[in-house]
Amino acid sequence: MSNLSLTSAIPNLIRAVPRSRNFEAVLIFWVSGIHAFALAQIQLSILQIMTWELLLYWGPPTLTAMIVHWVLRKYAVKADGLMLPLAFLLNGLGIAMIYRLDLAELAAGGSDLFAQRQVWLSCFAMLIAALVIRVVPNHLALRRFPFISGLAAVVLLLLPAAPVIGRTVNGATLWVGTDELSFQPGEIAKILLAIFFAGYLVSRQGSLAEIGSRVLGVKVPRAKDLGPILLFWFASLGVLIIQRDLGTSILYFGLFLVMVYTATGRGFYIGAGLVMMVTGTLVASRFFDYVERRFEVWLDPFSNANYSAIGGSYQLVQGIFGMANGDVIGTGLGGGFPQLIPLAESDFIFAALGEELGLAGVFVILAVYLLLVYRGLRIANSHPDDFSKLLALGLAFVIGLQVFVVAGGVMGLLPLTGLTTPFLAAGGSSLLANWSIIALLLIISDSSLRSNR
Amino acid sequence: MNRQVRRVGLILTIMFIALFAMASSIQVIRTGELYQDSRNVRASYETYKTQRGAILVGGAPIVTSRPVNDDYRFLREYESVIYSPITGYYSVFSGTTGIERSMNSYLSGQSGAQFFEQINALLDGTPVTGAAVELTIDPDAQRAAWDALGNRKGAVVAIEPATGRILALVSKPTFDANLLASHSYGEVVDSFRNYSENDDEPLVNRAIAGDLYHPGSVFKLVVAAAALESGSYTTQSSFENLSEYVLPGTTTPVFNSNGSTCGSGESVTLETALIRSCNIPFAMLAVELGQDRIRAQAELMGFGDELEIPMAVTPSLYPDGMDLAQTGLSGFGQFDVRVSPMQMALVTAAIANQGVIMNPQLVKTVVASNLNILSQPQPTVFSSPISRETAGYLTRMMVDSVEIGVAGRAGISQVAVAGKTGTAENGPAEPYTLWFTGFAPAEKPQIVVTVVIEDGGGIGQNGTGNQLAAPIAKAVMEAVLE
Repeated sequence: MSNLSLTSAIPNLIRAVPRSRNFEAVLIFWVSGIHAFALAQIQLSILQIMTWELLLYWGPPTLTAMIVHWVLRKYAVKADGLMLPLAFLLNGLGIAMIYRLDLAELAAGGSDLFAQRQVWLSCFAMLIAALVIRVVPNHLALRRFPFISGLAAVVLLLLPAAPVIGRTVNGATLWVGTDELSFQPGEIAKILLAIFFAGYLVSRQGSLAEIGSRVLGVKVPRAKDLGPILLFWFASLGVLIIQRDLGTSILYFGLFLVMVYTATGRGFYIGAGLVMMVTGTLVASRFFDYVERRFEVWLDPFSNANYSAIGGSYQLVQGIFGMANGDVIGTGLGGGFPQLIPLAESDFIFAALGEELGLAGVFVILAVYLLLVYRGLRIANSHPDDFSKLLALGLAFVIGLQVFVVAGGVMGLLPLTGLTTPFLAAGGSSLLANWSIIALLLIISDSSLRSNR
Repeated sequence: MNRQVRRVGLILTIMFIALFAMASSIQVIRTGELYQDSRNVRASYETYKTQRGAILVGGAPIVTSRPVNDDYRFLREYESVIYSPITGYYSVFSGTTGIERSMNSYLSGQSGAQFFEQINALLDGTPVTGAAVELTIDPDAQRAAWDALGNRKGAVVAIEPATGRILALVSKPTFDANLLASHSYGEVVDSFRNYSENDDEPLVNRAIAGDLYHPGSVFKLVVAAAALESGSYTTQSSFENLSEYVLPGTTTPVFNSNGSTCGSGESVTLETALIRSCNIPFAMLAVELGQDRIRAQAELMGFGDELEIPMAVTPSLYPDGMDLAQTGLSGFGQFDVRVSPMQMALVTAAIANQGVIMNPQLVKTVVASNLNILSQPQPTVFSSPISRETAGYLTRMMVDSVEIGVAGRAGISQVAVAGKTGTAENGPAEPYTLWFTGFAPAEKPQIVVTVVIEDGGGIGQNGTGNQLAAPIAKAVMEAVLE
C-alpha cells in the first residue's frame, strides 16, 4: 500500500511530533492565548471596551484543560500530546463565537443566552473526560461488555421516542428531558455503538472475512454472518423513521460500515452498505414528507419557493450568505452579521465562524478536525491490539464523519441534518460525548505505547 | 488491518477535500453573486457600520455623519441646500447620488488606499472611519451664484481655467438632502416621490447631467475657433452683410436677432459678427467650413466625451449627417446642437487658458481619519483644441463683446471681462434658453463662468442672455476677484 502516499505519509509526519506532556502544556498555553485574543477582539469590537467578564469565558475552560493535562501526566503519561490541545482549541473557539452571538442578542434586546452555560458544560465535559482517564486505566476492560454496550446504545437511541420524557425539537425526536434540562442520548450512543461494534467484530472477524460463496465474482458472506448487518440496516432506518433524523441515521450506518470494512478488509461491505443506505433513503423520501422536503431544499436552496417555505432553505441560504460575506480573511470576530442566521450558536456555528474568520478560518478549523481525526487513525494504526485498533478507528471516524455531514450540510454539499458540530456547537450532550471520545482515544494511545515496551 | 486504517484515512481525506472545495466555492468563487442576491441584507448592513467621512468646502464641513441611537448608527446631515447638486444625497432607502456616490469608496472607508486601516479594523474590531473629501468649490462663488440665480430655473458653472478646479456648481431648483437621508422610511419615501414627480426635476444636476440645452449664440465661439484654426480665416475675413439669408437648398430664411443687417456696410467681418452676435454671417461661415470641420473642433473641446468630475457629465452633441441648411443653422447653435453648461465652460476655459483645457475636477483632497492624504488630484490637461493665437483673438473679441457689443451687462469696472451671450430658440412658441459664458480678468483669467437659464427666465421670449444671464456671471466673477 505504499502508493497510498498521502495518507500513509501523514502518520509518519506526525510521528515526528514528540509525545511529550511538556509539549502538550505549551500547546495548551498557546491555545488559551488564542482564546483570550478572540474574546478580547469580540469585546473590543462589539462593546468597544474590555470587561472583567472576559475572564469568565476564558478562565474556567483553561483551568479545566490544565486539570485534564495534569490527570494525563499522572495516569496516562504516554498518551497522545496533540489531541487535548486540538479539541480545547475548537471548544474555546465555539465558546468565543457563542459569546459573540450572545452580545449580538443582548444588543438586539433579546435574552436567549448560551455562552455561560456552554462554559460550564465544557468544563463539566472536560472533567468527565479527566474522570474517564482516571477510572478507566485499561480500555480493554470495555471489550468484555460488547452486548451490554449495544443494548445500552439501543435503549438510549429509543429513549427520545418514549412517552413523557421524549421531546421533539425542530421536527427531530432526538431529545429527552424537560424544557430546562434536555439531553440528546444519541450522542452518547455513538460511543457505546463503537464499543459494541469493536467487541463484536473482533470476535467474528474470521467468519465475516473468510467464509462465503462467490456470486458473480464477488465473495458473499453466509446469511448467518450477514444477519447482523441487515439487522443494523433496519435499525438505522428505524432511527430515520422514528426519530425523523437523517444525520444520526447516516452517522451510525457509516460508522458501522467502516468498522465492518476495517475488521474484515472486504470492500463488499461498504459497497453493499452504501447501496442499501441509498435505497433506504430514496424509499424513505417517497414515504416521508420531511425527507423528501430535505432533498428538494438541498437540490435548489436558492429558489424562492424553497427559500420562503416553512422549514425551507432560509437558514441554509442565510448561512451561505454569511460565509460569502466572510470572503477570504473574514469580517473579523464581531465584525459580521452571524446573528442573522437562525440557530447560529448550534447547528450553524460553522457558518457563523466562516463569516467572521473567512475562508482562512474555515480551512484552519477543518484542518484542526482533520488533524484530530488523523491522530485517532494513527493510534489505530500503531496499536498492536485489534480491539483497540477498531475502537480507535471507529471513534476517530465518527468525529470525521460528523464534521463532514454537518459542515457539508451547512454549505449545501449534503442535505441538511440535525447533527451538531463536534466541540464547537452549543449543547451539553455533544460536548460530553466528544470529550469522552477524546478521553478514550487518549487512554488507547497511552496503552499502545505501554504495551509496545 | 492497517491497510484498512489507511484506506479509511484516505476516504476521510477525500471527504474533507470536498469540504475545502465547497468552502472555497462559497467564499471565493461565488462571493460576488451571493453578495448581490437581493435577499442578502448584509450588503446594506455593512455600510451602516462605518461613520462616513465628511465633505468639506473651504476647510469647513458641509456634510457630516452624526452618531444616533438606531439601527443605522449614523445620520447623514447636510448643512446647506446650496451644495445639494454637488454632494447629492446618501439615503438608506433610496440610493446615493452626486459626490456621495462617486466618492463612496473613500467616504465609506472601503477604498484600496485605506487597506491598512481596514486590516487594523479587522484586528481590533472597530469599523473603519470613512475618509473626508474636500471639494474645490469656493464657498463665496457658490453662494454668489446661488443668490444671483434667484428663483429662476438654470445652472451656473465656474472653473479656474489654469487648473480645471470647479469653483461653483449650482443647479436650481434643487432638493433638501436631509429629507432623503432621514432614517424615517415613510418620510424618505414621501420626499423622494415628491421630488421625482416634480416636473422641474429638482433631483437633476442641470450643470452636468440634465437634459442638454440648445447653445444658441454661445456656440459661435466653437465655430469661430474652427474658422481661425482652419487657417483660411482671420478675424478680418468678411461675409456679405445680409438682412435675410435663405439656407442653401431650401426656402427657409434666417435673420439676425435685430431683424436687420449686422451693422452698416456691404460686408461684415468675423470680428464684428461675433461681437454683435449676428446669425447670418455665422450660418454662412458654417456652410463654408462644413460640418466635419466644426464637429472636429467641437470634439477636440470635449463634445461626445464622457467626462467624470468625478460625477459623470452627459456628453454634449454636435449632430452627424446634416445637410447644408442644417449645417447653417448649427453655425449659431441651433438645429440639433445640444450642450451641457459644463461643456460650454470648457469651451470658454480653452480660450481663457491660452488654448489648453484642463480636466475639470471637483475633488481637492481626500484625507483619511488618521490625516493621511489618500488622494490629491493634480491638474491634468484634457486637450489643446486651439492655438494660443486663436485663443488670443477670441479673447479680444469676447472682451469687445462685453465692452462695446451685446454682452455689456457682464462688465465690471476696472476689470477686463471677456464674454459671450446666447439666446437659444427652442421652438416657435417656446421660451428661450438664455446663456452667458465668459471669464475675467481677460489678461490673466482666474475664473470662467457659464450661466444657463431655462424657460426664458420666466419671461418667455422677452429675455436675452445679456439681460438675465450676464449679471449672474458678473456676480460670481466679483465674488472670486474681490
